[in-house]
Amino acid sequence: MTQSPILEIRGLSKAFGPVKALSDVQFELRRGEIHALCGENGAGKSTLMNMIAGVLQPDEGDILIDGERVSIHSPAAAQRLGIALVHQEIALCQDATVAENIYMAAINSRRAPLMNFQRLYADAQKVMDLLAPIPVRTRVADLSISSQQLVEIAKALTLDCKVLMLDEPTAALTESEAQRLFSIVRGLRERGISVVYISHRMAEIFSLCDRVTVFRDGRYVVTDPIAAVSPDDVVRKMVGREISQLYPDKLAPQEPGRLLLSVGGLSDGRRFAGVDLQLRAGEILGIGGLIGAGRSEIAQTVCGLRPMTAGTVALDGKQLRLRGYGDAVKAGLVYLSEDRKGSGVFLDLPIAANISALDLARLTGPLGLVDRKAEDRQARELTGRLGVRMAGIEAAVSTLSGGNQQKVAIARQLSVDPKVIIMDEPTRGIDVGAKVEIHRLLRQLASSGVGVVVISSELPELIGLCDRVMVVREGRIAGELAASELGEEAIIMLASGVHNSSTQRQAQNVA
Amino acid sequence: MSPRESGEVLVHAEIKVASAARRINFAQLASMREAGLIVIILALCIAMSLASPHFLTWGNFRAMLMSFSIEGIVVVGMTILLIVGGIDLSVGSVVCFSMVVSGALFLAGLDPWTASLIGIGVSALIGAAMGFFVTVIGLNHFITSLAAMVIVRGMCLVVTKGTPLSLFTLPPAFKAIGQGSFNNIPYVILIFVVVVAIFDFLLRRATAFRKVFYTGSNEKAAQFSGIRTNQVKFWVTVLCSTLAGLAGVIYMARFGAATPTFGAGMELNIIAAAVIGGASLNGGSGTIFGAILGMALLSVVTSSLILLDISVYWQDMIKGCILLAAVSIDHFLHRKKS
Repeated sequence: MTQSPILEIRGLSKAFGPVKALSDVQFELRRGEIHALCGENGAGKSTLMNMIAGVLQPDEGDILIDGERVSIHSPAAAQRLGIALVHQEIALCQDATVAENIYMAAINSRRAPLMNFQRLYADAQKVMDLLAPIPVRTRVADLSISSQQLVEIAKALTLDCKVLMLDEPTAALTESEAQRLFSIVRGLRERGISVVYISHRMAEIFSLCDRVTVFRDGRYVVTDPIAAVSPDDVVRKMVGREISQLYPDKLAPQEPGRLLLSVGGLSDGRRFAGVDLQLRAGEILGIGGLIGAGRSEIAQTVCGLRPMTAGTVALDGKQLRLRGYGDAVKAGLVYLSEDRKGSGVFLDLPIAANISALDLARLTGPLGLVDRKAEDRQARELTGRLGVRMAGIEAAVSTLSGGNQQKVAIARQLSVDPKVIIMDEPTRGIDVGAKVEIHRLLRQLASSGVGVVVISSELPELIGLCDRVMVVREGRIAGELAASELGEEAIIMLASGVHNSSTQRQAQNVA
Repeated sequence: MSPRESGEVLVHAEIKVASAARRINFAQLASMREAGLIVIILALCIAMSLASPHFLTWGNFRAMLMSFSIEGIVVVGMTILLIVGGIDLSVGSVVCFSMVVSGALFLAGLDPWTASLIGIGVSALIGAAMGFFVTVIGLNHFITSLAAMVIVRGMCLVVTKGTPLSLFTLPPAFKAIGQGSFNNIPYVILIFVVVVAIFDFLLRRATAFRKVFYTGSNEKAAQFSGIRTNQVKFWVTVLCSTLAGLAGVIYMARFGAATPTFGAGMELNIIAAAVIGGASLNGGSGTIFGAILGMALLSVVTSSLILLDISVYWQDMIKGCILLAAVSIDHFLHRKKS
């Protein structure tokens, strides 16, 4: 085993502003192996992949290909070195055909002045058929998300690559599509191509990969042969502590208080129908379900952010008549968006202004002017309470790390002293430390009598944090699980509506 | 102090050091821009006063101030509209329309004050129409105001049948708005200073204008904070046109005439001034003070070129280069964010 690794990373570091995404990490990819890269969200996996693919530049450290130091200053340079990356997010030209998308990178590196479309379609179809029978003359916009994901993978296969990096390739695939992908990846290994495989799904990693490397909080933890470890070992190393310590204590069984929020027969005429929901003071209610099941839509409709066609919403015993979200805020019902950057925070604006956005009226004096002193006082108090790490309340939110940005968004919800707070993916994409802090905060809020609803796609979060979980499937409440019934398999079964072995794979969808 | 606490303080201190070095503070960035502009303007003034004896005279300053005072009122509206994420290409046409409508009504026998109010009101209605197309129909500001620019210019020609209206019969009390002065300071400049002071203050302090920043910075996040962003965009569009209308009647008082081709190309100068002053075309940032400094810079440059006897043909080219430099700096400063 003296062969030199095809790809080696030494002492690589990368910081975004004050946030260290990676510090002094190492990684080694041998010829013809499938190497799993594991870590929680924010552990630095995607940052590393992006640096290897030339999207980002390291601050320090070396990347070695075939034992030689290289600097990969652009994605085109990575291509020339034989490195291909399939992103987690789909980045296709929606208006171009599948064939044009598949050969986009290849066309870019060729020098012929004219396109030979007949040949393009024929070649593309050959590659596409390896994965799935998708006609390559179709416009990408007309394909389903899972088909688009397959097109992304096909695109990488056309490059004559030595190193293929797959970032959560099965996130949007069905079971059979995933199986087909695995056999292709194994085929690539036979041809001597080395694969870096990022996934949260332990079952996939253990059936497909040869070795596994774990990152945690931007640091390298360990590399092990798959045969030498168990899924539990890997999870423990990813998290760095026992799962039980991660979540605050739950509510004692018969404790819940008065009815805070009551939703009856809620429908929007499109995405969901007949939704009933009750929330009592003191408890944290979880809402689970697959992406696209309608969870966010339900929450947004409850808060008046989307129109309802039928149903009632009562807060603290009072029937609400919402003409818009402003009315919900006045009544004490607030919603935290799942898309932090897109609709959660104002990146360019100061922290203080971010926090006061939800209810300017309370900071407005008789002349219609903003009371700056009151605004600053509020910002200082809430950022202090939430432990936001920042240069000052006048700093732009863009200078903060993801976790601290999220705290600012939460501070904004708290600024109006809400009775009920609905949080959509409150810890998505933030580091473990901030996650723990936010979970503690949510439990504190619940204990102080604020109703807390948490929508989450992370099963451990639902199970660890919530006192009760409702599962949404295709716009309807599929079922409800009490604390004693909570388990990954139980949630998956309700969420997917199937009860067979294919849920096993998803049930292993740890962390 | 417990070990945990001291650890946190340490982290805190570290982050303070790190971000002090690369802080991109919104407010500071704006004031940095304003300070930079002041330095450039002063440097230009000093250089010019050495180069030309006519530069540093009250007469020349008065002329410069006059030249941008009325446009400056339009810049105020444009800056607020840019902050909300919009743009208005029709301001030049609206200035003109306000002028010719007021002028025509005066010639038809109305008293000039009522005629002017109607002119301003009609301008506000044009803004409301654009606001309707932007917020209800869902077109963008650029296309909507491009269409309005052409339509309103056409309306100017229809009202005047293509010939300038001669308004020398305007009563002196009305003409004084554009031509008179108080203690040797023209009313035009006073009106300009008052408009700027009011809106600069409101933009920094008033709750209603704070919503303009929220909407322009991230419209979705503003909606998710309960702000009715369409209302905000609508009223800012109306405000911009209304101020253009106000500028139109002041021009009428100043010139004693209403020309149907007046103000063509004015929108470019105005947008350039606002952008040089730090308003972002992507919305979310900008100050009135900065925009006025942008206008002042363009004006000083124009005046310098004239005093230095440089052909007028060069002026547009040089102004264009200044705009390009300002936008490049802006882009460079903002690139760090993403």
